[in-house]
Amino acid sequence: MNIATERLYNGIIKENTTFVQVIAMCPTLAVTTSAMNGLGMGLTTTMVLMASNTVISALRKFIPSKIRIPAYVTIIAAFVTVMEFLLQGFAPGLYSALGLFIPLIVVNCVILGRAEAYASKSGVVASFFDGLGIGLGFTLSLTLLGIIREALGVGSIFGFRIMPAAYKPATIMILAPGAFFTLGILMALINLYRMKTAKPGEKPKMVEPKCAACSHCGECGISKAA
Amino acid sequence: MKIFYIILGSILVNNFVLSRFLGICSFLGVSKRTDTAFGMGLAVTFVMALASFISYIVFHWILVPLHIEYLYTLAFIVVIAALVQFVEMVIRKTNIGLYKALGIYLPLITTNCAVLAVAVINMNEGYNLIESVINGISAALGYFLAICLLAGIRGRIDNNEKMPTALRGFPISLVTAGLMSIAFLGFQGLLK
Repeated sequence: MNIATERLYNGIIKENTTFVQVIAMCPTLAVTTSAMNGLGMGLTTTMVLMASNTVISALRKFIPSKIRIPAYVTIIAAFVTVMEFLLQGFAPGLYSALGLFIPLIVVNCVILGRAEAYASKSGVVASFFDGLGIGLGFTLSLTLLGIIREALGVGSIFGFRIMPAAYKPATIMILAPGAFFTLGILMALINLYRMKTAKPGEKPKMVEPKCAACSHCGECGISKAA
Repeated sequence: MKIFYIILGSILVNNFVLSRFLGICSFLGVSKRTDTAFGMGLAVTFVMALASFISYIVFHWILVPLHIEYLYTLAFIVVIAALVQFVEMVIRKTNIGLYKALGIYLPLITTNCAVLAVAVINMNEGYNLIESVINGISAALGYFLAICLLAGIRGRIDNNEKMPTALRGFPISLVTAGLMSIAFLGFQGLLK
């Protein structure tokens, strides 16, 4: 397997941000009110992640390690500002739907985490595909959550009605509590799957947020790498 | 009267954690024990008051006169991070008791999304300096309230033997947070 496919597989399945690493919970819960918003947020983050990973990897020999975190944050913030302009110009609907969470991509743990854990140690091409893989994994998770919440809360997916006309939408699923319930139940299902597939006598690895150790969004990738 | 609406709105109606989904990582990560949740809440209150103040100054006194408002993301995150690092150093040198209580949390929350969010919300709402700081403090108190409540509940349900194993730990915390969020939905009608 060459480096590109290996990185893509790693990002989408093996180190999936939401379901394996359990990081970046804020955008995951907040913007998945519909499948379209989840997809839009995921793709925006992917773009920023690809660009920041590439640039940080290219500059890794020049950034002194003592000030690397402020340097990474500055690079990421620059790309987020660019993406904000692009969204405002070309996708105004998505721009107003995501709102506050576009500038907050800067403090998304996934991006700083990948910069610290991968891009600061690896080549430019590998870092680019790492960003693409992790970003697509994030996009898929967000879209999945968005599909579930939109299907139950509105009765449609990507705006197309799928539920029978007699289905009375459970509006709570697109409100704040629905996000917690959907993710909680998905996490429980993952735990159940891991318990079923664990080898006899072996303790299954349960889903646990990585931030538990360090309590800090941006640092979770860092503590994991250390 | 506006100040009162800001306070009520930020603590209960638009609770940062339970209705705006900000600071979820630390909300779920540090809520295992009540005492750490309490320390985290205090530290967040301190940082958010400081961040609201400094971001107001930076936006209205530097970015607006220079017509570079679009650089707000960059300016806020860098200034807030630098200021908190500085305050942490000052506290460490001057007051060791306060450092032990708050210091360990300070560097960890500079890039907590709630802190940047409060600066952006203050800017979008067009609050003045006093209103910004009050909004920062009350938003942090809302976070404080939510994290302490969740830590208290988790302390009681973590050792429940009757709960299915798959639900224990993280999944049940999320469902608990969802139920708390339903309760906070009830405050929606308070300000209209």
